[in-house]
Amino acid sequence: MSAIDSPRTKSAYREMEESVELSHMKQPLVAEGAEPESELLTLNMGPHHPATHGVLRLLVTLEGEVVRDLKPIIGYVHTGIEKTAEDKNYWKAIPVVERMDYLAYFFNAYAFCGATETLLGIEVPKRAQYLRVIHMELNRIMSHLVWLGTSALDLGAMSMFWYCFRERESILDLFEYSTGARMHTRYFQVGGVADDVPAGWVEKVREFCDAMPTRVDQYGALLNKNEILLQRLRNVCPLDEETLLELGVTGPLLRAAGNPWDLRKAMPYCSYEDFDFQIPVGTEGDNYDRFAVRMQEMKESTKIIAQALEQLPEGAWITDDRKVALPPRHELATSMEALIHHFKLVTEGFRVPAGEVYFPVEGPRGEYGCFVRSDGSSKPARVHMRDPSFVNLQATNAMVKDSYIADLIATLAMMDPVLGGIDR
Amino acid sequence: MPDATGLELLAGDLRDAVPDAVLGTLHFRGQATILADPRHVRVLLLQLREAGYRHLMSVHGVDYFPEEPRLGVHYELLDRGKRDRVRVKVRLHTDDPRVESVTDDWPTANHQEREVYDMFGVVFEGHPDLRRILMPEDYEGFPQRRDFPIGGEPILFTKDGAIGADYTQ
Repeated sequence: MSAIDSPRTKSAYREMEESVELSHMKQPLVAEGAEPESELLTLNMGPHHPATHGVLRLLVTLEGEVVRDLKPIIGYVHTGIEKTAEDKNYWKAIPVVERMDYLAYFFNAYAFCGATETLLGIEVPKRAQYLRVIHMELNRIMSHLVWLGTSALDLGAMSMFWYCFRERESILDLFEYSTGARMHTRYFQVGGVADDVPAGWVEKVREFCDAMPTRVDQYGALLNKNEILLQRLRNVCPLDEETLLELGVTGPLLRAAGNPWDLRKAMPYCSYEDFDFQIPVGTEGDNYDRFAVRMQEMKESTKIIAQALEQLPEGAWITDDRKVALPPRHELATSMEALIHHFKLVTEGFRVPAGEVYFPVEGPRGEYGCFVRSDGSSKPARVHMRDPSFVNLQATNAMVKDSYIADLIATLAMMDPVLGGIDR
Repeated sequence: MPDATGLELLAGDLRDAVPDAVLGTLHFRGQATILADPRHVRVLLLQLREAGYRHLMSVHGVDYFPEEPRLGVHYELLDRGKRDRVRVKVRLHTDDPRVESVTDDWPTANHQEREVYDMFGVVFEGHPDLRRILMPEDYEGFPQRRDFPIGGEPILFTKDGAIGADYTQ
């Protein structure tokens, strides 16, 4: 140790440095004589900040460090997807609808396909329903992993990000294996899924399902005893069930407050009634419950996937209604009718009976409800996605009011908003 | 969803409670719709709330161009106890589209009504903060209306501004 750093023998410079008086240079934030707490400060957060999970802008009114009011300002990534979808055939609208909530593409696609199928009144084969369930639950785990990694990063736990993205990567590999694309796969087709899963895929998913619950336990072991994380989550920004219901909040945020509402159980669709799984609920409705509910949901999703793989029925993966689904490739060489169907579907698309349908599904953030109006042509006359992030965002003010600005960051992380879905 | 008979019974109750409010019913693909008079829609929705449909899940706008009245506002109601949904819709003319806001009864309607106003120009009377939400505040026109052309918006390229051309052409 050199003489300079030794605490006992201070250098002349160090002594000179300590003797400097700086108190006269302090600049008080409030005027002379005013109460420090009485001044309100309006602070702009975002839109470009990693802690806002996208391009979300928050206008925060602060009293000291305490949030007194908060206004979310959105629209920075509004791309008019609903308008674009009106200009496309039904099956060409699937890829644009998928891009609304970019972490829940299978749910967007399913909400839209489900609405179209309801309008058409067609049955989806059992195998397609199971394949949809497997992909949607994998998607749910993937979305929760992105949430966990980025939220933990906001709270200072950097290594969580790498672990979560490692597992997310293996899910994306599974998506690539079965659908050909990692994100925005356009795998769900009106009437079923685009293709059967390739050989060996089921085994790969099973391997993943065996490993995933252990992984979730490992995340829990890393986080559940982390004092910093617990301090920032426990009893922070709770909101009661009644307020959440009034604000239309759905998904893990509502379940954290103790309401077990989950469309998969309450109003089953897509064969969810075949599977045995549980709905995790919280007790306090604070940030820790929001965290814990999602952690448990990942495990429940692996249970659903494992059951769906076990019971995966044989048979067609898309409806045999040739007016809606493309004919198999081999028929094109031999059947004139198949060629005509193929030509009509690819050029004009299929026509859908006039009517209006609202099709809700339970996604990783709550109720994704796709409203589709058909005027009888081959293009939807109106597509609207009731996106849970958009509705849940209204609860931010109620949650963070009168709490510290640091808790605002933690709460925003636990709300898991996806701006692509909010702005559409 | 209530079945066709259940929908008629529900509509009958509503007609008794609020005269002239129900203009018709529609049962399509297992989904129930009540067509309401825009002047009484808030009372009607509150009546449905009393009947158990306590949760407003979605408010969205529709443009029925070229049909008249052109605009529509849909309210998706949910009864969590009976696990049942019903849709209430109103139709409005484009010359003066006004309907009473339900934000006071359902705070969730706040942003959703703002979106309908932003995209379709429907004015929600009594809304606490009716501003554009997704489009810029100084935007003109209502982009989700069917007569608003897709791609009909001038694109601002900075390179055109640099050469002195009017880059909004």
